[in-house]
Amino acid sequence: MYEIRIHGRGGQGVVTAAELLSVAAFLDGRHAQAFPSFGSERTGAPVMAFCRLDDVPIRSREPVSRPHALIIQDPTLLQNAGSLFAGLRPPGHVLINSTRDVAELSLPASPQAVSVPASQLALRHLRRPVPNAALLGGFAALTGLVSLESVLAAIRERFAVDIAAGNAAAAEEAYELVRALRREPTRA
Amino acid sequence: VLSQIEGSQAVARAVAGCRPSVVCAYPITPQTHIVEDLNRLVKSGRLTPCEFVNVESEFAALSVAIGASAAGARTYTATSSQGLLFMAEALYNAAGLGLPIVMTVANRAIGAPINIWNDHSDTMSQRDSGWIQLYARTNQEAADLHVQAFRLAEQLSLPVMVCMDGFVLTHAVEQVDVPEQAAIDHFLPSFAPRQALDPDDPVTIGALVGPEAFTEVRYLAQTRHDRALALIPETAAGFERAFGRASGGLVSTYRHDGARIVVVALGSVLGTLEDAVDDARHAGIAAGVLGLGSFRPFPHQAVRDALSGADRVIVLERALAPGGSGIVSADVRAALAGLQVPLHTAVAGLGGRPVTMSALRSAIDRAAVGALEPMSFLDLDVTRIEDELVSIARSTP
Repeated sequence: MYEIRIHGRGGQGVVTAAELLSVAAFLDGRHAQAFPSFGSERTGAPVMAFCRLDDVPIRSREPVSRPHALIIQDPTLLQNAGSLFAGLRPPGHVLINSTRDVAELSLPASPQAVSVPASQLALRHLRRPVPNAALLGGFAALTGLVSLESVLAAIRERFAVDIAAGNAAAAEEAYELVRALRREPTRA
Repeated sequence: VLSQIEGSQAVARAVAGCRPSVVCAYPITPQTHIVEDLNRLVKSGRLTPCEFVNVESEFAALSVAIGASAAGARTYTATSSQGLLFMAEALYNAAGLGLPIVMTVANRAIGAPINIWNDHSDTMSQRDSGWIQLYARTNQEAADLHVQAFRLAEQLSLPVMVCMDGFVLTHAVEQVDVPEQAAIDHFLPSFAPRQALDPDDPVTIGALVGPEAFTEVRYLAQTRHDRALALIPETAAGFERAFGRASGGLVSTYRHDGARIVVVALGSVLGTLEDAVDDARHAGIAAGVLGLGSFRPFPHQAVRDALSGADRVIVLERALAPGGSGIVSADVRAALAGLQVPLHTAVAGLGGRPVTMSALRSAIDRAAVGALEPMSFLDLDVTRIEDELVSIARSTP
């Protein structure tokens, strides 16, 4: 079982990100479970959502407290990085929505972290700074746990044609950016 | 069709497949997504003929459902928490009138303190309303139980609540094989009401019944619930034959063979509990699970049979009856009458507190060494209430 925790703020599509990730894994033929940290759905408030992936049916219903990976949709949440990174299992994949290189972000205990300017990608392709779909493209590149094809298919299944096209383009570009970063060992 | 969808959406599609001709509901978290999805299905013409009735309250929602059902319509509604309490008077009427309404309850705590999160306080509080209460373990089962619920309700002339954990199931996105329309049509005959309000053929439904017959009418309610004990497993077996998967039934067991400690629970916590029991078995503790699929009627004999070989029983309570000794525990204790099986009540997961594998493991571990209290609250943090505890202690003479 592989567990992912997504952190962001209300309005950034955190819950949708977990759902799309689960749909992508489903399309890849795996079992997946996505659910929000319930009740905290106010715009701007910190929000968490969870996703579990496995090759067998998933039984657990408890929130993900020991994730294998984190997706951080809002870099301002890093002010509270200690609680954000709580329970992260080593080596710990971390994907951060930021225009800054991870070396410039003061992250705890040097986890395997990568940043991608997902809001800027979304602004360019979608004209809205909603970073969730772009980050899923980056996540596919970072972990290889879901295929880019399935991420794009999940996006197209979920959104109306024009919004899907913008999100898909942002996801593809994020995928390429993260793939390029992964080829540069000095940044890892 | 196998889909990766939200539990609420899976339930809405399954309900739509049952072709209700009246759906009414008043929005309340965490039930709302279900009726929103049904509303879309009605508006788009995918569920037709069906009248979606917007009402001004939960009391009105169930009252409309009662009227529609009495007029011969297959009728559905859904609610949660305070909404179910607001229906309370009408709940007893629906059952007393023998109206086969199906209602989803997205289980949620009852205030005060106000709390929108999951536990079983709402449905447990309506234990004696006369409704059949089925509890879903997964979203697959939640979807499937609705198909079974309409069949049971109409065969028994009793309303059925399908209870699914709010948020934990309603808002979880996972794989569900949504029952196919053709298979539902084959499994669920069209509704043939026992009697219906019809101006051309007038009948009275809901007349005054005095002391000369009230006991007999109530006896019929008990008899119908006794009949449900046979029909629920028959319906589940028929469903499995028709749909190729096991869903529903009175009870379910997991690693039950040779289990010395059996944990009894209902609803979605059974999933995490199975993980906890695997973990306990790995550590050499012979633990097992008894899941209750039906709470009303309570399957006393099936529970007794399943627990008679256990050394200890832990009953997980997802609701609290203050001053009592556990709502589900009381029934389990009655089922075990005469057997020397110690029973522990563990109150867990109130108001959305996650029931974790580690808390369950800890309860099982303590039971294994005889250290679990007769009644305990899992993950209780007394440091948050120390002052109040002192003040309560001082107030006693």
